[in-house]
Amino acid sequence: MRFMIMVKATPDSEAGVLPEPERQAAMAGYHEALARAGVLLDAGGLQPSAQGWRMRCTAGGRRSVIDGPFAEPQSLLAGYTLIQVRSREEAMEWARRFPAPMGDAQDTEIEVRPLHELEDFGRGDARAGLSPR
Amino acid sequence: MTDAATRRAIDAVWRIEAASVIAGVARLVRDVGLAEELAQDALVAALEHWGRSGVPQNPGAWLMTTAKNRALDRLRQNAMQSRKHEEIGRDLEALQAHVVPDFVDALDAAREDHIGDDLLRLVFTACHPVLSTDARVALTLRLLGGLSTDEIARACLVSEATIAQRIVRAKRTLSAAKVPFEVPCADALAPRLASVLEVVYLIFNEGYSATAGDDWMRPALCAEALRLGRVLAGLVPQESEVLGLVALMEIQASRIAARTDAQGRPVLLLEQDRSRWDALLIHRGLAALERAEALGGARGPYTLQAALAACHARAHSADATDWVRIVALYDALSQVGPSPVVELNRAVAVGMAFGPEAGLALVDALAEEPLLAQYHWLPSVRADLLARLGRSDEARGEFERAASMTRNARERELLLARAAGSH
Repeated sequence: MRFMIMVKATPDSEAGVLPEPERQAAMAGYHEALARAGVLLDAGGLQPSAQGWRMRCTAGGRRSVIDGPFAEPQSLLAGYTLIQVRSREEAMEWARRFPAPMGDAQDTEIEVRPLHELEDFGRGDARAGLSPR
Repeated sequence: MTDAATRRAIDAVWRIEAASVIAGVARLVRDVGLAEELAQDALVAALEHWGRSGVPQNPGAWLMTTAKNRALDRLRQNAMQSRKHEEIGRDLEALQAHVVPDFVDALDAAREDHIGDDLLRLVFTACHPVLSTDARVALTLRLLGGLSTDEIARACLVSEATIAQRIVRAKRTLSAAKVPFEVPCADALAPRLASVLEVVYLIFNEGYSATAGDDWMRPALCAEALRLGRVLAGLVPQESEVLGLVALMEIQASRIAARTDAQGRPVLLLEQDRSRWDALLIHRGLAALERAEALGGARGPYTLQAALAACHARAHSADATDWVRIVALYDALSQVGPSPVVELNRAVAVGMAFGPEAGLALVDALAEEPLLAQYHWLPSVRADLLARLGRSDEARGEFERAASMTRNARERELLLARAAGSH
């Protein structure tokens, strides 16, 4: 089972302020532990939304590009960690150990979501149209 | 949390921590059987305590400390029974000083230093050649995967009693043979590592190749073998064959979604819908292969097999497959580890690269090979080549022969369908 641990953005992360060395070390240590346990698939930190854009697909098939930055940091992502574990509880346990992204100084939120598995799509052609995992 | 939810949370912690705890205790008591028993005692204690007070901040350290304290108690008892208790008492004090004070902090610091070494010792002990292959598989799943007897039984398609007995016997064998709890040195390392890799790949194939049994534990075995391979690659990062095996498993696992159709029937590699291959696993597999080759391991058997798998992974369609390179890789593979199965696969590749006639000549040379006498893949390959040469009557006969040899119902159906299709 795959789970994505998503770290929400903060005003600091949106301002491009990198976490303190202590925080970075905690984050590195945590990811090392994931790797040692053989459950880490991928992880990455995202640049502020000012560096990105949104593609809006409107009804009727039209598309428009909206450049960042975007408001409401809590609705934006600052990083992700993709893990493969044996149960929901195991994902919960790893999420519990996730270091506070900004330390104790700021409120931050981590969201964890399971990825769709093969059987969710009834194995057959129901997956057609979805990009391959 | 409800009791059941707490139980599941504790199980999850156990899955994560079991191997480290067992390994840490085994370093003290020098007996993996006893170490597992003591670690299980710690788990029972955890169920009691955490049920009331919740899972602690650092559950791994809690389990480790509790298990090590039990180990010390056990050693103390043994020491009391011994005449030399004064002397051993001093040893124990020293030992205790190392384990007990400020236990969580001290342990956390010690953990990082020892944990990798201890885990590696545990891997080598669980996969010791003194044990039968079945025993190694069961013990590895138990000690390194933290799987319950019931889960291992379901995964291996045997009864729980059989697995329980297998594990008890394996522990007894290790004790009786006085297998030291250590990482083999220099000359012994290569063959011992080969034994470990064999076990990991067996676990993977147990889940991957047998389509018998619909239990979810079967695919879970692939995932567990991959996890063990990744752990091992972290423990011995300079061993190219470990990376080669990881690469092989990642790439093979990337095809799981495409290997069966909506009805659960097998789909052959060249007919698979490649958009269903898992791009992330392919990427990871190719990266591991690159590291294995960079370490100078390009001619290792697992690395070569990974390179073969990579040829397919890199091809965006079946037509784009680099068969000439595949033939070359099979040439190399048959040099480092000649086997009739490799020869047969090489014949398939030759048939694709240089035409069915060339392939058939190689297959016919294998007709008398006793090791392939029961192997349905031989007539099946032959049938395929004959069909491509337009010799349809012969092809039909060979497909039927292959169908009568396979034990897998789904595969039989596929072969009979192909027999019916050869006119």
